[in-house]
Amino acid sequence: MSDVEEAITRAHHAEWARVVAALTRRFGDLGSAEEAAAEAFTTAVERWRADGLPPNPGAWLTTTANRKAIDRIRRENKRDDKHKEAQVLHDHTPPEPLGAIDDDRLRLIFTCCHPALAVEARVALTLRMVGGLTVPEIARAFLVQGTTMEQRITRAKAKIKAARIPYRMPSADDLPARVSGVLAVLFLVFNEGYLASGPDTDPVRHDLTAEAIRLTRLIRALLPQDGEVAGLLALMLLIEARRPARVSASGELVALDEQDRGAWDAELIAEGHRLVRERLAAAAAGVAPGRYQILAAINAVHTSARDIRDTDWSQVLALYDQLVRLDPSPIIALNRAIAVAELDGPEVALAIVDRLAEALAGYHAYHATRADLLRRLGQSQQSRAAYDRAIELAGNTGETAYLTRRRDQLQERPRPSEPHQ
Amino acid sequence: MQYLVSVIDDKSNPGSTDRRPAISAFNERLIAEGYWVFAGGLADTDAATVIDNRGEQAVFSDGPFVESKEYLAGVWVWEAPDLDVALKLAAEASKVCDRKIEVRPFQ
Repeated sequence: MSDVEEAITRAHHAEWARVVAALTRRFGDLGSAEEAAAEAFTTAVERWRADGLPPNPGAWLTTTANRKAIDRIRRENKRDDKHKEAQVLHDHTPPEPLGAIDDDRLRLIFTCCHPALAVEARVALTLRMVGGLTVPEIARAFLVQGTTMEQRITRAKAKIKAARIPYRMPSADDLPARVSGVLAVLFLVFNEGYLASGPDTDPVRHDLTAEAIRLTRLIRALLPQDGEVAGLLALMLLIEARRPARVSASGELVALDEQDRGAWDAELIAEGHRLVRERLAAAAAGVAPGRYQILAAINAVHTSARDIRDTDWSQVLALYDQLVRLDPSPIIALNRAIAVAELDGPEVALAIVDRLAEALAGYHAYHATRADLLRRLGQSQQSRAAYDRAIELAGNTGETAYLTRRRDQLQERPRPSEPHQ
Repeated sequence: MQYLVSVIDDKSNPGSTDRRPAISAFNERLIAEGYWVFAGGLADTDAATVIDNRGEQAVFSDGPFVESKEYLAGVWVWEAPDLDVALKLAAEASKVCDRKIEVRPFQ
């Protein structure tokens, strides 16, 4: 990637949500804001390639997107209403100060996560409007077709406009209920950052994980008593802490058992553990923990261990058992099976994993987990087939590299069944 | 912004029949707070007639255009600044009517 391409990618990650949020506030329409922002970024790609970078890419994008939005409104007004045109021409809305723009991003999130929208629509819209992901990237994250995702987003925008879903912070009464929807969405954004998709994307997109953490911190400041907010923040911090050890120098993803634990971020771990202890105290006092608090506790067990052998797997499994009762999804069952493999061996775990075949056939982690269990059972040929399928489905460049190495290590190993061995 | 607020009843599991005084009180409030545009309860769907005059002559059919377990029992039209306000009122309306409520914006 050239310097200009890198700068465009960087500007996109850093400025997208800011530009969309500011335009939505100014022009009162999410769809036009998104289109104007997208146009501005397209123009940036052309101009910056030809003329080099502007001194302040963020300001350049905001100004350009504003102009695009006004052009767009003028074009539309020429078609139907000359009167409105005059209003736009005389719009002297002052540019938003920086602090207010940060608030706009929260507004944007609450609008995208509005309860009158279907859950899938909230997630998709937040990733598009706040995360700035493309529709194909979002489609990949949710294992659906690009066209399906496009329709989902278009429909959600149309509903926001037609039903007049407001662009503002929810009232104090509504806040707790509105927050849990936002948390689900933020966790998905975090995950997209932690296991980024796309052939030209870095394996870990720190901008997205950092953005998800930043917004979760903000919501925690608003709702310090909410256990799930604390749980989600702890979970993100304990995962983020391992990021420095997660990608090798060659860009390959490093699995938990091979990570250099000395490279983990001790400060983030300490903060995450503090939050988990806070929630354990609440649980001891009779407050039932939600799924994020349990997931955070699982990650606290991992980050407390000096190495993989030191991990308290029975504690991990007990927490997964608790989690399965709250959320009987096949992905949780798959992760639970990994703990089962450590305690009861790969054969028992493989039996559990095989039962998930139908639900998770299109999920790369299902095939990667199977491949690893089959490898440990010495079933190289089946393991290789599972690695092949996982590589085919994995959208993360670092993960593809990791899976390819593991598969090729299988091939290097002599096969006991061959007569000349 | 105007919203059509539909009260949905269920033939196999109807809402309670003693809601009239509570609905009247709620209507008074809607009027006082400036949300009320129109309200009306509907007779049973059996009393409906569908007319189709797209062909050579008008065809009348007895009953509603769609037969379903759930049906429209009454409507409001509300004037509200945005969907959040309409949804808050609709949540109250659902309790007051002891029935499900659909909120749908006018174009």
